Amino acid sequence: MRDLFEGLELGKATRDAYGEALRDLGHEHQDIVVLDADLAKSTKSWTFGAEFPDRFFNVGIQEANMVGMAGGLAMAGKVPFISSFACFVILKGFDQLRMAVSYPNLNVKIAGSHQGISVGEDGTSQQAVEDVALACSLPNVVVVVPADEHETRAVVKAAYAHHGPVYIRTGRPSAPLVHDSEPEFVFGRAKRLREGTDLTIIANGLLVGAALVAHDRLAEEGIAARVVNMATVKPLDVAEVESAARETGAIVTAEEHLLHGGLGSVVAQAVVANHPVPMEFVGLDDTYAESGEPAALLRKYGLTAAEIVAAARRAIDRKGAVAPDRVVG
Amino acid sequence: MATRLRHHIVHMLARAGSGHPGGSLSAVEFVTALYFGGFLRYDPKRPDWRDRDRFIMSKGHGVPVQYAALAEAGFFPVEELDTLRAIDSRLQGHPVYGTAPGIEASTGSLGQGLSIGLGIALAGRLDRKDFQVYVLLGDGECQEGQVWEAAMAAGHHRPDNLVAIVDYNKFQLDGAVEEIMSIEPLAAKWEAMGWAVREIDGHDLVQVLDALEWATAATGPACIIGHTVKGKGVSFMEHENRYHGVAPSEEELTRALEELGVAAADRSIDADAAGAKEVQ
Repeated sequence: MRDLFEGLELGKATRDAYGEALRDLGHEHQDIVVLDADLAKSTKSWTFGAEFPDRFFNVGIQEANMVGMAGGLAMAGKVPFISSFACFVILKGFDQLRMAVSYPNLNVKIAGSHQGISVGEDGTSQQAVEDVALACSLPNVVVVVPADEHETRAVVKAAYAHHGPVYIRTGRPSAPLVHDSEPEFVFGRAKRLREGTDLTIIANGLLVGAALVAHDRLAEEGIAARVVNMATVKPLDVAEVESAARETGAIVTAEEHLLHGGLGSVVAQAVVANHPVPMEFVGLDDTYAESGEPAALLRKYGLTAAEIVAAARRAIDRKGAVAPDRVVG
Repeated sequence: MATRLRHHIVHMLARAGSGHPGGSLSAVEFVTALYFGGFLRYDPKRPDWRDRDRFIMSKGHGVPVQYAALAEAGFFPVEELDTLRAIDSRLQGHPVYGTAPGIEASTGSLGQGLSIGLGIALAGRLDRKDFQVYVLLGDGECQEGQVWEAAMAAGHHRPDNLVAIVDYNKFQLDGAVEEIMSIEPLAAKWEAMGWAVREIDGHDLVQVLDALEWATAATGPACIIGHTVKGKGVSFMEHENRYHGVAPSEEELTRALEELGVAAADRSIDADAAGAKEVQ
């Protein structure tokens, strides 16, 4: 993985930061209860469970019941954080999320770990690539994809402070650090990590690191790319998207998810509604992946800085307003 | 009171022009006993009271009987029953959390109420509250896998404050439960999941009250299987599965109310609204 994120330090996996942040919050707030469906050692919810066994329920391998129980716990005043792999809690628990969380707008926090294809060798059945689209389709649910361990800690705290359902998506591998320390975090407010005038790269999760690498490579070609970490997919920071469109004239989105219904789709909706400009999309194009080493999968399925750079060139070509000497290759 | 609830059910469904009379009528004695037999601790002026007992209608299509009981208990005016299923009404076609006071969960997608009830029961245990949670399930609903996930989890965690009631009226939308997908041996299934089980005649109020007393006092989760008759109390609806999801016409309403011993004249319905529309 390290060579995919040249120049960036690798931090902890976001799932590790989730477990630690949850444990720390557990000391402060007695109303937090945590549920897992027999993946607590993998989702890292066990970091909480080991410390607070009375407030930790391992429901076994039954995601639908876990989601329903969380709804009941929230109705009775608890703040349940429920964890499983993203593909299981969102896909197997979807109707329950609809009936027992989203529709009644209950204070349930859903943590889906093992996002995207960087799950690696376990293969497609464990790799969530549809979960953001599904979560975004649920009314009332905030959907957030933190990029690194620092941001994940801030997101977990913000999720507790927010009254209502939140979906937090975390990942399995070590994630490149894109923040120096724990950032201020507000749902629906993007973070501009690099300034630029020629185009904007909007990314979240693991792809924020790739976007920063792409920024540096584009700079070597004389292209000034703005980089925006759009951790919150819903509610979207429409103002930041509009600024990107108006001020840089082209947008590339990058996400570890299917192109249909994910970050690229919601950003495109905002761009078209406010200030249409050329857009290019980095993500999974209507395909599942396979087993393999995470970095090899990310390369094979085009979720790398190199793909973002190529998409940036295409977007700038379509924009047609950049001086020719600034477009290389 | 059971007769009054039946009267409200057929009347509000005729007014709405759609809905599920059969599965409401079969559950009348259970709902009557819970709300008016001294089991549910509630305060209609404080529907959000933290220490209240909870009743969850997991078989959400049976909600008319719950609306009728809530109205009689004073949660909202009896006249509001006539707004069932109408636009802007608090009385949604299936129960919706946060709409009508006294409705404890959003259901209607079958199989989910017991999980929610288990969550509430465990929260009560964590907080050392003494409230009880009663969940009413349909027999066909017991075909849903999630029911058994929740039953297994309750058998494991063994909350003393959780009671499941199965309204075993023998029919589901497409026909007889036994022919479509038998749920037998039902009592053995609940016992295998770690529940105390009692089987009764779900229309015999003495048996119902006795079973509820037993279940409420039981250690660990308890299940009451109530053998019932779909459409109970209205002769032409009894054992007649056509009335799973068809509201009575005005003529049928008049007959039903006559049988129930209530004059229809004082609550005549709008003929246009009484057309029997079939819904799921």
